[in-house]
Amino acid sequence: MLEKALTGSKRYYGWMAALLAVISVGFVCYLWQFRFGLGITGMSRDVSWGFYIAQFTFLVGVAASAVMVVLPYYLHNYKAFGKITILGEFLAVASVTMCILFIFVDLGQPIRVMNVLLHPTPNSILFWDMIVLNGYLFLNIVISWKVLESERNNVAPAHWLKVLSYISIPWAVSIHTVTAFLYCGLPGRGFWLTAILAPRFLSSAFAAGPALLILLCMIVRKFTKFDPGKEQIQSLAKVVAYAISVNVFFFLCEVFVVFYSQIPEHMDHLTYLFVGLHGKGVLVPWMWASMILMVVSIILLVNPVTRKNETVLVAACITVFVSTWIDKGLGMISGGFVPNPLHHVNEYIPTVPEVLIAIGIWAIGFLILTALFKIGVTIKEEIAGLA
Amino acid sequence: MKSSRRKFLKIAGVSALGLGAKPVLDVLASSGEHEATSTPEIKKGKDALTAKRWAMVVDTRKIESEEDLKPIIEACHKIHNVPDLENKNHEIKWIWAEEFQHGFSTQEYEFADERVKHLPFLTLCNHCENAACVRVCPTKATFKREDGIVLMDFHRCIGCRFCMAACPYGSRSFNFRDPRPFIKETNPEFPTRTKGVVEKCNFCAERLAVGKLPACVEASNGVLTFGDLDDPESEVRKLLKTNYAIRRKPALGAGPSVFYII
Amino acid sequence: MTNNKKIYDKGMVIIGLCIFVVVITFPFWFNFGNAAPAPEPKIADKAKAAKECVRPKAFMKVEHMQILNEWRDTVVRDAKRIYVNSSGKEFNMSLTNTCLDCHTEKAEFCDKCHDYASVSPYCWECHIDPKETK
Repeated sequence: MLEKALTGSKRYYGWMAALLAVISVGFVCYLWQFRFGLGITGMSRDVSWGFYIAQFTFLVGVAASAVMVVLPYYLHNYKAFGKITILGEFLAVASVTMCILFIFVDLGQPIRVMNVLLHPTPNSILFWDMIVLNGYLFLNIVISWKVLESERNNVAPAHWLKVLSYISIPWAVSIHTVTAFLYCGLPGRGFWLTAILAPRFLSSAFAAGPALLILLCMIVRKFTKFDPGKEQIQSLAKVVAYAISVNVFFFLCEVFVVFYSQIPEHMDHLTYLFVGLHGKGVLVPWMWASMILMVVSIILLVNPVTRKNETVLVAACITVFVSTWIDKGLGMISGGFVPNPLHHVNEYIPTVPEVLIAIGIWAIGFLILTALFKIGVTIKEEIAGLA
Repeated sequence: MKSSRRKFLKIAGVSALGLGAKPVLDVLASSGEHEATSTPEIKKGKDALTAKRWAMVVDTRKIESEEDLKPIIEACHKIHNVPDLENKNHEIKWIWAEEFQHGFSTQEYEFADERVKHLPFLTLCNHCENAACVRVCPTKATFKREDGIVLMDFHRCIGCRFCMAACPYGSRSFNFRDPRPFIKETNPEFPTRTKGVVEKCNFCAERLAVGKLPACVEASNGVLTFGDLDDPESEVRKLLKTNYAIRRKPALGAGPSVFYII
Repeated sequence: MTNNKKIYDKGMVIIGLCIFVVVITFPFWFNFGNAAPAPEPKIADKAKAAKECVRPKAFMKVEHMQILNEWRDTVVRDAKRIYVNSSGKEFNMSLTNTCLDCHTEKAEFCDKCHDYASVSPYCWECHIDPKETK
């Protein structure tokens, strides 16, 4: 089936070549970072995790959201999603790959990465994150590939695939839960020290991931002969609508607890993010933009009239994706580090090479995603006799 | 890791064949060792200072200004080859001065004694009884010794900086670049660090091993006292018995081993 | 699917395979007969005077990296710094302060062989050659 990724239109080749060009720029920047050290990034003694870890956190969510198509199909026998489960799983494969790469480029001593296996340490959440991420990648590769293969050969999928699919459902929840546990179990970091962090992560994930999947479905429909289906897109839109609403609700719960309790170490971070602290507030416009966009998207998505209008739906999905990306990909990580535990305010701004490396990894993700979607869609076209 | 074929074989074997292959590899690996007749022995030096739980008491009454702390900080940074980086973001420090409102950020109040308000407090790794950095490290590069010292194995650190996020005292620094060009005078007896690893105060483990007190204590003119918290007769216990001392962020339950007499 | 055993573009495939084999074996035939002679590490005077290393020479030649790894772990992790060898002699387990104290010529003793064997242990990124700091 892999050969389907090697043939395509001029536009397909052009897109892949463009991605490769972006990847090579990122790769050159990474070589520079490899030689010089993480000093080429904007990270500091106070903000010791930055853009890389933030992208990782956001993308774990996108990866986990595949469960939003897998679960209704396998557990509730919602047949319509059968058509697009493969797309959700392919999106998960590409996202988890990006996650692993983002962790890797964040390491100060990448050549020692095998120490995590050589000296396994179960009390470290990072150890569990490694296990759940790799496990999830494995599950999704096997499931999506074998299901597509049996679909192509017009046979029923093997029984054990169904078992793996059931396993993948709680597993998807686990990857984002464990990722939240990386942060919310740390003493002295008031911003993250909240039991609702994992639920918050999941709710924003189940908004961002399906929103991206809707956009991808529409792209597939426009450029290929395979139609993921109107019903499917509308069902996903409902998932996005309620996930983003829950996400805003969880955030407001957080705001209440923090500001009603008036505990300074918990208030300071939200204050920094939304109004600035000690005259510093580089993220303030971003955070407000994120909040406003979330509210706008709720209005557009919950209202059936606007949701059913596909042009508006596209706008709403872009709004959801951008707002959740700002929330997690910009604010969530540096917001936890500013102010630092000694109450000094040192801000973080990523540097150009740092952003280029991150864009390079995103490009790798899109390269994988495009190749996988190409394979999946070509086979779906063949089955439907459209090719 | 590069130089160790044995370890490489182990990783390759474990990942390729699963744990079942490990005993086989161990046999293969040990067959390479031509053992001498009497096995060599590894032991502690006879002068080594030992304790159940090392601790430090800072008597802030003996400090007047930042000038008093300079020799203490310098002594530490010099013998440990701590670099002096101009870029604040990349700063590396093992022991340094903070004002009360920063060092004790949860305990400040506006009516405090003026002396205390503006006094520089020595801050360093607290060698916590229940250290978050030890808990989160994915490779055991940060670990707790039997004598209570929270130590770093620079050889093993992968530079994930989880420990820096976990430490509630901001005691850890990361080598954002090669530190060597920024070390004014290198002490050949102690290694430098390489880029990409985290570092922090080690309670002078290398000096305790040869019967010496930590360098900061020696240079402190009586400001710092070092001893065994488990021994009721130790200097630190005597000081804590007769003076009221505080610790940084006690509510977190980390159990710091550094005490401050105000 | 048909099951005839015909290879498509047979000629091109074979030419491609030939080029592949030539390229992949390039280092072997390019260097054939040009092998550099193995270097003889120079033993510094102080080491010569000491006559014996912590273990016999033959052992050290093959296993010095294992010893160094063992020393590294026991010193850092177990706080044990004294090595007593089979003849009862005690050593402070330190690369810079013990090994290089005797083997004063790092370039002639360590690097020469490491370069020849094309290994680059990064011990020296942290551990100091006392000569270089003087």
